[in-house]
Amino acid sequence: MRNEQPLLEVRGVGHSYGERYGCRDVDLDLWPGEVLAVVGESGSGKTTLLGALSQRLRLTAGSVRYRLADGTVADLSELSESAVRRLWRTEWGFVHQNPADGLRMHVSAGGNVGEPLMATGWRHYGRIRAAAAQWLERVEIPVDRIDDPPTTFSGGMRQRLQIARNLVVSPRLVFMDEPTSGLDVSVQARLLDLICSLVSDLGLAVIIVTHDLAVARLISHRTLVMKDGCVIESGLTDRVLDDPQAAYTQLLVSSILQG
Amino acid sequence: MNGALTDYNIGYLDEQTKRMIRRALLKAVAIPGFQVPFASREVPMPRGWGTGGVQVTASIIGEDDVLKVIDQGADDTTNAVSIRSFFAAVTGVRTTTRTDEATIIQTRHRIPETPLAAGQTIVYQVPGPEPLRFLEPRETETRRLHALADYGLMYVKLYEDIARYGHIATTYDYPVMVAGRYLMAPSPIPSFDNPKMHCSPALQLFGAGREKRIYAVPPYTDVESLGFEDYPFEPQRFSRPCAICGSVGVYLDEVIIDDAGGAMFVCSDTDHCERAVARAAETKTGETKAGETKEVPA
Repeated sequence: MRNEQPLLEVRGVGHSYGERYGCRDVDLDLWPGEVLAVVGESGSGKTTLLGALSQRLRLTAGSVRYRLADGTVADLSELSESAVRRLWRTEWGFVHQNPADGLRMHVSAGGNVGEPLMATGWRHYGRIRAAAAQWLERVEIPVDRIDDPPTTFSGGMRQRLQIARNLVVSPRLVFMDEPTSGLDVSVQARLLDLICSLVSDLGLAVIIVTHDLAVARLISHRTLVMKDGCVIESGLTDRVLDDPQAAYTQLLVSSILQG
Repeated sequence: MNGALTDYNIGYLDEQTKRMIRRALLKAVAIPGFQVPFASREVPMPRGWGTGGVQVTASIIGEDDVLKVIDQGADDTTNAVSIRSFFAAVTGVRTTTRTDEATIIQTRHRIPETPLAAGQTIVYQVPGPEPLRFLEPRETETRRLHALADYGLMYVKLYEDIARYGHIATTYDYPVMVAGRYLMAPSPIPSFDNPKMHCSPALQLFGAGREKRIYAVPPYTDVESLGFEDYPFEPQRFSRPCAICGSVGVYLDEVIIDDAGGAMFVCSDTDHCERAVARAAETKTGETKAGETKEVPA
């Protein structure tokens, strides 16, 4: 099944906020198991693109075709709302920049991880709890914190909890919006390490938005550079970062502080 | 203005309003458990005191009806007495305290112990019609969740209960699934009463005046209380009988009787209690003490 058909086929996608456009004319293909980084400065339309691809924002132009688990290809804008919600529950994950947006802050960690399971019809408390405990362990949260709400967690733990909540239903595609910004450097490194290992273990396809080229370098196979809502360069991450073609990418790469 | 009460339209509300509410009721009966918005009116009592129930009762009551009003099971509390006298004044219908004689029973927080029969209508006063409200504050979102039957969230609440207390600690307003489709708040009745809603031969109507919602459970409709496979729904149980009538298997209220912490447990359903006492007096043939087994409602 690999390499035969992309998981996500994006053609000419654009989203505009009234008169202004957030992003436009974006073409990309995402294959199963591939990690795609979207980089660019703040305001370049990265998050808008992510929103449009994940159907959180309405497309104003273009089409997004997604290959469902059963192999059929669906145009996302033609799916009903309930079908899109079903995708969210079973095949997709979304990791927000701010964990408070993706978690229920006053529900226990176990409840947060268990919610997607309950939404997909799990009705056995013992099994839900066991699965939640297993995932907490996997994202390096002590299992004895299972009944504590995320309000009592550190920033890094919250972000790991959010990742556990997203991965518990074994999604095929995960969207991540700046998952590591706002964390200090050592926590960032551990989180990236965790994401890397989970992605390779589970064979996830990931679209990760970041302004940090080091993050892109570390975990992505391919990179997309955006500026003013348009994709100005794309290719293998190492190629884009070592041999940038577009003037803006050159600027971006050269502006990394060299330690 | 002479102030004669007979000047009121029957049931206090005007005919147009009653028609609007009846339309909402018909829709509610057609889609069991679905919350139908309606244009809630002012009635002469504060919101939160049963204005939804009063409007529903006012819209369905006719001259032949016999009305019973209970508040926490009792016929003699302030709310019950004032609503009963209100309807006696504005409709002239006969009122009763006997569950089996009533055709319409308006209730707050209880379902009578005497099993309801076909042809009876029970009207619940509902403070909060949305079972998902405390989990999801946005109305637009809860409506969407209902539309898509996306009820995983409700189980999160039950999960949290078990994680925290070791059992499902929700004892009133216990969420139910109606006809396998809509999640519904049964109004704050004790979970003890939840099983009585299942396939009840009576028509069950719910009015939330402040929240402007009406919903219904038609007769003989499945009403399933939520639970987990390993932690199923458990209605409350009482280990002792009523201290007045000796009934077992009924819902009891704790009544404080002195300043030293003394309390007695008595039937919350006053009609049931009175009749059980009367029946015990009739059948008292030789026995000095009323047996514990004499009155067990089905």
